[in-house]
Amino acid sequence: MNIKKLVLEPIISDNPIALQILGICSALAVTVQLKNVFVMCAAVTLVVAFANMGVSLIRNHVPSSIRIIVQMTIIASLVIVAEQFLKAYLYDQWKTMAVYVGLIITNCIVMGRTEAFGMKNGPIESFFDGIGNGLGYSFILIIVGFFRELFGSGKLMGHTIFELTKDGGWYQPNGLMLLPPSAFFLIGIVIWLIRTKDPSQVEG
Amino acid sequence: MLEHYVSLIIKAIFIENLALSFFLGMCTFLAVSKKVSTSLGLGVAVIVVQVITIPANNLLYTYFLKAGALSWAGYPDVDLSFLGLISYIGVIAAMVQILEMALDKFFPALYNSLGIFLPLITVNCAILGGSLFMVERDYNFGESVAYGFGSSVGWALAIAILAGITEKMDYSDAPKGLRGLGMTFMTCGLLAIVFMAFAGISL
Repeated sequence: MNIKKLVLEPIISDNPIALQILGICSALAVTVQLKNVFVMCAAVTLVVAFANMGVSLIRNHVPSSIRIIVQMTIIASLVIVAEQFLKAYLYDQWKTMAVYVGLIITNCIVMGRTEAFGMKNGPIESFFDGIGNGLGYSFILIIVGFFRELFGSGKLMGHTIFELTKDGGWYQPNGLMLLPPSAFFLIGIVIWLIRTKDPSQVEG
Repeated sequence: MLEHYVSLIIKAIFIENLALSFFLGMCTFLAVSKKVSTSLGLGVAVIVVQVITIPANNLLYTYFLKAGALSWAGYPDVDLSFLGLISYIGVIAAMVQILEMALDKFFPALYNSLGIFLPLITVNCAILGGSLFMVERDYNFGESVAYGFGSSVGWALAIAILAGITEKMDYSDAPKGLRGLGMTFMTCGLLAIVFMAFAGISL
């Protein structure tokens, strides 16, 4: 299979969040600040890529009746590595999002891809499929995080863009953007745009 | 005493709804909510898994993982709580695998309609989240049974509501690109705002 296609396809035309409906919980939880989004995306992308590769390497030796437990063990080990790495090198970031890093274990993108792709394909293709899906996930999260932080608190990456009224500026922040339901609306709009551009994804 | 359990169940169903207040288990929630019958099937599967795993994890936590829990085995100083995450997920994965085999054998129709979403119950964060809340709130065994039941019924209720709305929505004339998943997202956002109204109630 073509590696370039494996990496690029999940970004728009087979997006994990917008089309495959995987990994939505964290998309709602971590998108209030763009800085957290980047750390989360990097962690998820690497965990998906290596978990997919690991599962693919041992796929012929695992009886299907215990495959879920085996996959979870691989994924949980990788997440613990990611967590320890963040703790060691990005301690401040880790402190603000510790829970969400642990929840990568239950991020269904990882399990969804190992189950749907890693169990059926070779290790190299699986690795790049993981990278592609991680990028597709990042694509949506960065868009959502950008709008939520910009309109919710007038900042981007912690730098003030819109001067808030309470600091003597002109921008009245939109409180809804700080609440989780706003992520639903933003993701819904992103899906709408993607499907307007690519009508083959339209349902019903 | 009974009152305590009833209020725990009511609280878990409405005020602290796992799906619409904590946004756990969203992926399956959005993907399987196209038909009421399928979503009820999934809701039942989640209730079964949740009612078994939360008390099981509660026992595991009380007798093996909590600080000082191993004193019955002669190790009063051992604290294994750092193994929590991986043990809970192990229990959940094992339960789901058993449930999958049982459904495949006895209810093949439900098994086929759930498809990839059955193994995904393992990574349904509502299940792991439920176990983590149980530990965080220090429930005893009886309370954990009640909480497991209440929280999963709340989740099942939320998915049934969403599926009912989505079914009716099929007849509406939405913009083409918004049909299906896009509409589901919007509906879910509105439902979440509705459930925020429960947040002020205290029992």
